[in-house]
This record gives sequence, C-alpha cells and structure tokens, in this order.
Amino acid sequence: MAVYKTSEFRKGLKVQIDGEPYLMIEMNFVKPGKGNALYKCKLRNLLRNTVIDRTYKGGDSLEAADVEEIEVQFLYRQGDTFVFMDSKTFEQYELTADQVGDNWKYLKDGMICSMVLFNGNPITMTPPNHVVLKVEYCEPGAKGDTATNVTKPVKVETGAEFPAPIFINMGDLIKIDTRTGEYVERVKS
Amino acid sequence: MGHVPPGRAMESGVPPFGPSASWEVLRRRAELLTELRSFFADRGFLEVETPLLCRDSVVDLHIDPFAVEVSQPPGETWWLQTSPEFCMKRMLAAGATAIYQVTRAFRQGEIGRWHNPEFTMVEWYRCGDDMRAGMALLAELAQAMLGADSVLQIEYAELFRQGTGIDPLDATDKALREAARCHGLDAAGESTRDDCLDFLFATRVVPSLPREVPAVVYYYPASQAALSRLDPRDDRRAERFELFFRGVELANGYHELTDAAEWRRRARAANRRRASRGKREIPVDSALLRAMESGLPAGSGTALGFDRLVMAALRRRSLSEVMAFPWERA
Repeated sequence: MAVYKTSEFRKGLKVQIDGEPYLMIEMNFVKPGKGNALYKCKLRNLLRNTVIDRTYKGGDSLEAADVEEIEVQFLYRQGDTFVFMDSKTFEQYELTADQVGDNWKYLKDGMICSMVLFNGNPITMTPPNHVVLKVEYCEPGAKGDTATNVTKPVKVETGAEFPAPIFINMGDLIKIDTRTGEYVERVKS
Repeated sequence: MGHVPPGRAMESGVPPFGPSASWEVLRRRAELLTELRSFFADRGFLEVETPLLCRDSVVDLHIDPFAVEVSQPPGETWWLQTSPEFCMKRMLAAGATAIYQVTRAFRQGEIGRWHNPEFTMVEWYRCGDDMRAGMALLAELAQAMLGADSVLQIEYAELFRQGTGIDPLDATDKALREAARCHGLDAAGESTRDDCLDFLFATRVVPSLPREVPAVVYYYPASQAALSRLDPRDDRRAERFELFFRGVELANGYHELTDAAEWRRRARAANRRRASRGKREIPVDSALLRAMESGLPAGSGTALGFDRLVMAALRRRSLSEVMAFPWERA
C-alpha cells in the first residue's frame, strides 16, 4: 500500500484513516525552532462528509486512499438502488438511496454526474452544479406577478419539491442550483 | 499586447515574476532593518559576516540542512548554514566580545505560513551575559522593534501548567502522551516525550499567551536544552529562552553551552536519533569544537527570525506578505 510521508502532506491529498477515505482539505505546517514539525490537518471523510481535525508530527505517515473520480450517466432507479454507467467504459455502478442522499431530487435519466470510487467501489456521486427540471405540478401562477421573493412549492419531474416564485406554471422548465437546492431561473423551452 | 501582470503566472511551473509583498511592506521592512542595525550599533555590537556554505553544520534532530556537493575539495559535501552559530562562536573564541549578524539561514523542508526554507536571521552574542542578561537584551529589542509598552517574562513550566494543568518537568511520559492524544495528536505514530511537549506547547500553551504582549519564555526542559547550559541549581531545566508575539515564535536564545565534551555528547546523541529516523548524519568534528576546546568565553546568544519579526510588527498573517520572493516565487 502506498503511504504519504508528512513531508508530502498537502491540500487535496486522498488518504485512508481507520479504513475510510479522507480528503485533506487544509494543512498547516508549524514547527518549533528546536523541535519536531507539526502538521495540522483538516480532513473530510469521503463516505460521510464529516470533517475531522488531526495533528501529525514529522516522521508520521498516512496510507494513500485508492480514490478515483469518474464521469457517469444516471440510468435508472429501482427501489432503493440507483444505477449509473461509466461514460468511458460503460461499466455499471450501483449506489444505495443512503449513498445518493438528497441528490435523488436532481436525478433525471441520462444526466451526466461525477462519481467517486474507493478501492474500485462507488461511494458517492455529485450532480452538475445546475440542473434544469420540468414542473409537473403547482398551484396556478398569479398573472403579472413577477416578484421572485414570494415563493410556493412546485413539484418537478423527479418527484422532488422546490420553492419557486409565484409566477411559475405547470410545464415550465426551472433551473436549480444543486449545491443549495435553490431556484435560479425559469428556462425557455 | 504582451503585458503580464506581475502577480499572475504566465504558464504552469513558472512563478509570477513580481514580488509577493507590496512595496509599502518592503519599504517598512527596510526601515525595520535600519532600526535593528542602530539598536545593535547603539549598544556597541560589531556587525560581522560569516560564510553561508561551510564544511560543518549544527547537528540537530529536527533541523535539516541543505547538502551541497562542492568541487573543491573534490567529492566533499558542504552545508548551507541553518544558522550562523558555528562561525560566530568561533569568532567569540578568537576574541570577539559583542557581535551581531544579519544573514540568510537555510532549512530543508520548512514551508508554511510561518516558514520559508530560506529566511533572514539576526543572530547576536555578548560575552559575560547570563540567561537573565540575554533575556533582558531580547526584551529591550522586542520593545523597540514591536512598539510594545512591556514584555512578559514567564517560566516555561509555569506557563505550561497554566495552559494544560500538567507539570512539564515532573509529569510521566505516559501522562504527557495521554494529554497529547486527548488534545488531537494522532496516536498512530510513536511519540517521544519531546514530541508530546512540543505538541501541547504549540497547540495549548502558546495560544494561551496574551496576543498583543511580547513574551519571553525561559527555563526550557533539559531535554530541549539544544546548545544551552543546564541550570546548575536544577538540572531538570535548561538556561534557554524564547520570544513569542501574536502566537508566533520569533527568537530563541541560550546561556551558551561552553563545555566541549558535553557539546560532543549532545551532537552524537542527535546524530544517533537522526540515523534512527532515516536522516542523514552530520559531521560532529568541527572547527567550532576545536574553538570550544581552546576556550569559548561564557556568554549569551540569540537568533531571531527577521521575516517573522516584520510580519508581527506589521500585523501581517504570512511570511509571503513580507518577503519579496518566498519559496513559491524563488
């Protein structure tokens, strides 16, 4: 197994701690003039998205995590299983509803997403930053009301509900920011 | 056409050509250097210059010098100095009484917000000074250069107790290891007593110091004596002191070790520990050792990181804000 020595520590490194993959999101080098170096790290758990603080000293090492990011296409959902296909190799990967989390709200058939593999197994997926979804149901829009600060819930083609401005109608296409879950704009079809 | 802003890299791998520090900061830096030189001139110190590249170097477990293959004498490895200590002490043994130097020091692998592998060091020695006199001079300099009204002086053990509830001189290795672990030092690697002390000092103790008051911390544990002498009345502690300001270590000083046999013993021990960690050994026999055998006068010496002093004095957050060309742009 490849290891990273403290002298190789840097932001962006993917390492393994207690069998789980972590991304080094911050690394601060501090060294007393006469004494061992300290490497203060913030690490994000790639399975659970939690962040931990760990400090290592010069001479320590961490195992490298076999983590790879690939481009996949969402194929379909079957019960609690989401099926994706590697855009290059056409290999299929499955994620559970738990692993997909709130991202199910954005998943349309054929959508291109990014997926993270750990030891060759899929662990997470991320949809594009913006997705365009069709409104399947909402209360009728008030004519002439173009205010965007007053919202109502609208149900989109994926089955999810988002807050959108009053003027949105059934059949409209709306753009959603997947990082915040917020409505961005109405898209002309 | 063809104009490249000085802060922007033209292509990957080639650093931006302009300085990372602003002209305003570089002007202040130059003024501080002038003030520093008059501080020492006013006190009768002689400014000296010594070589950066020498056939020997300080032997320290945690300081890694750059090795340079020289062509004369053929096949030899020389060392970029990690501090001007050796040559300046040779001067003391040869008759100097009060000397200071502004020079470059090189330390392999030390890169970070407060570290640059090549940095400017101010080092001074005065014969006849004991630890208290060395601390007093450092405190005077801190007051003058940092514009501080007062300087806090506190014993290492007292400060350590305040920050952690642990007595650093008497606590068992086990108690220190447990405290370090519970404050976030990764337990996977094996930690020595000094690793734990350093970790707790950096993460719990230094942050407990008043931020805007320069502090001189003195009487370090004997295991961290480096090249200072042990306190003759209590050999658990060494006559070593450091200056901290705004959470950053600015200077390190000693009541100097003058005993050649003890010096040789410490250098050999450091080399053994270097070897056990897979680090290159550094020659123990040196012109300094010869100078010590001929008689190094008692005195106190201090090394100060000038870049950090500028950073602290100008309230900047990183060395790259006060250096024209830090490592990434060198």
